[in-house]
Amino acid sequence: MNALAELMRSWAACTAPVDRERFTGSARLPLPAFFAPPDAERPGEFPFSRGVSPRGYLDEPWVMGMYSGYASPKETNARFKSLLKTGQTGLSIALDLPTQIGIDSDHPLAAGEVGKVGVPLNTVDDMLALLDGLPIAQIRQMRSTANAIGPVFIALVLVALEELGIDPASFRLFLQNDPLKEFPARGTWIFPPAASLKLSADVVEYVAAHHPNWQPIQFCGYHVRDAGGTAVHEVAVATANGIAYLEEAVRRGVRMERLAPSLFLFLSASLDIFEEAAKFRAARRLWARLLHERYGVPRDRCAIKIFAYTLGGALAAQEPANNITRIAYEALSAALGGVQTLATSSWDEAHSLPTEEAASLSLRAQQILAYETGVANVVDPLGGSFYVEDLTERLQAAIAGGVARILDQGGAVAAIESGFIEKLLGEAAYRDFQDVSSGRRLVVGVNFKARPAEEGWRAPAFKLPPSVAEDAIAALGRAKAARDASAVQRALAAVRDTAARGENTVAPLIEAARARASLGEMVDALAAVFGRHGSSITATVPSAPPKLGAEAVS
Amino acid sequence: MNTQYAAGGRGRVLVAKVGLDGHDRGAKVLSRLLCDEGFEVIYLGVRNTAEQVASAALQEWVDVVAVSILSGAHVEVAGAVRQALDARGLAHVAIAMGGLIPRHDAETLHALGVARCFHPGQDAGEPGRIAEAIEALAAQSRQAAEIVAAP
Repeated sequence: MNALAELMRSWAACTAPVDRERFTGSARLPLPAFFAPPDAERPGEFPFSRGVSPRGYLDEPWVMGMYSGYASPKETNARFKSLLKTGQTGLSIALDLPTQIGIDSDHPLAAGEVGKVGVPLNTVDDMLALLDGLPIAQIRQMRSTANAIGPVFIALVLVALEELGIDPASFRLFLQNDPLKEFPARGTWIFPPAASLKLSADVVEYVAAHHPNWQPIQFCGYHVRDAGGTAVHEVAVATANGIAYLEEAVRRGVRMERLAPSLFLFLSASLDIFEEAAKFRAARRLWARLLHERYGVPRDRCAIKIFAYTLGGALAAQEPANNITRIAYEALSAALGGVQTLATSSWDEAHSLPTEEAASLSLRAQQILAYETGVANVVDPLGGSFYVEDLTERLQAAIAGGVARILDQGGAVAAIESGFIEKLLGEAAYRDFQDVSSGRRLVVGVNFKARPAEEGWRAPAFKLPPSVAEDAIAALGRAKAARDASAVQRALAAVRDTAARGENTVAPLIEAARARASLGEMVDALAAVFGRHGSSITATVPSAPPKLGAEAVS
Repeated sequence: MNTQYAAGGRGRVLVAKVGLDGHDRGAKVLSRLLCDEGFEVIYLGVRNTAEQVASAALQEWVDVVAVSILSGAHVEVAGAVRQALDARGLAHVAIAMGGLIPRHDAETLHALGVARCFHPGQDAGEPGRIAEAIEALAAQSRQAAEIVAAP
């Protein structure tokens, strides 16, 4: 009893008040909200290494949302409803590749791709079918992978909400809207880098003015990591891109002290638990200083939020059920790092798109973590660990060095155009491949105690309904037949004219979406002014194909 | 014909992403790996059409076209690439395909003219075996080219 009394006395000096209602799991020791020696940084205080709020997950765990979308708006709507029934609190709309690169389902280049990796959205009618009957008001957050199509996507959403009679202020739209990272990683660019930046800023400017409770952009590091980058590359590239977007927003008069609280980083959660937790802490510390020092944002508004997604590249195709364990540890690193939103990948993703059963299992992994493990009992439970505090500081310094290198080259757009970032990631990916093939990095069931091929590799292969493309094309045909063609042409002309004047394109895109212009038509109108990245719509056959010989990669 | 290949070492390989999928970590790693293993490699980048791949294959006189795809459109893409190559008189050029390709699609892809499929996890971390497989395809392709070119 004495030991406990001693402990309680020491808390008085170094913690938040003990909350008499909360205890550890079995010994029922009372718990404070967090632990902090006097004068040390506390959760919810600048520079927010220890978390964005002093309450962390005490009142509500992170937002849980799976990335889902496939086949058609109707099928995707059904998957959403099933995940919401399992307790999902956020929605994430996965878009198919034709939609992401701004072509309609009936475009020749869309052949074979419609509905494959996400849902096809051609017109507002598809958006209406997607949202049909969803309890929008109860969803904490609705995300999407619209990047190059950012302004078109927001137009489709706004018109759909208006026609459904839903107040846009009643929920949070959480846009990815980060086209710059598409060039070195992920690859769904449409317009050249500088024009991409402009269109993304259109969305930031529009949302800041009209829907201040929405999140207009995520600075994405996840894809940089999955393309082969390290934890340092991941945050450095996301930050350098973020600076490019923010400079443009500032130039347009967006008030940073109002925008800052809605900013999000989208980072990966990978398997080195302590490095990852330290990465999230370092990213917040770096961003707090950046927002305060570079943009003059008051200190209490400098806490950047984090959306983490368990890293797909860390999963293995061999013995795929092992991925359940990997995903759970990745999710643990995110919870220890104090993220606001978490999406977990599915164990079968190395073999096919996730089945409903696998997606639901991954959501359950998050719920078990949040409600059964006690990881959410105190804020920043790793704070004060010699190891994690040291990693946090060194990672922060390394990331700041990486950002400075990109800024030295003229900033994100210049570093993308010169191929610097792509080369950096290609090198890192090859190094990682060599580490695995030489056994320097061990992967269980792959290069450690691997079983003979095939044994225990069964994964349920997800199969799409066969008529996906025809259905999407038919729906597009119906929408086009029912619309006023001359109104569509007028609306698209207004989009082109506005773009040509260099003005914000969101408002005329909303009018075009309302007139039932298709996604492809709206993107064509923008491309008429901004051009397309590369020589053709699919681009990238250079006149002298680059050879990846020693000279090209030195 | 053989002199054409003298510089190619173990083979001349065109690596390309076809279709709309832009995830090219695997394609880039493969390109580097084949370079290190003594192949001559041309990496064509992401988001190519079948026609663009076939044109590059013709210009670069390659033995093997290695297509990487993760979006699930591999069946459609395989047929299109084979047709485009054949239409340019490149019936002898072997197609290898890798990425997110389930094993149950292997037969369909072979029937469409894909010589070799690499499924998830297969030969991962074994550069030697990947190189041997591509070398065998290159050798077959050269032999077939000689038969085609014979009077």
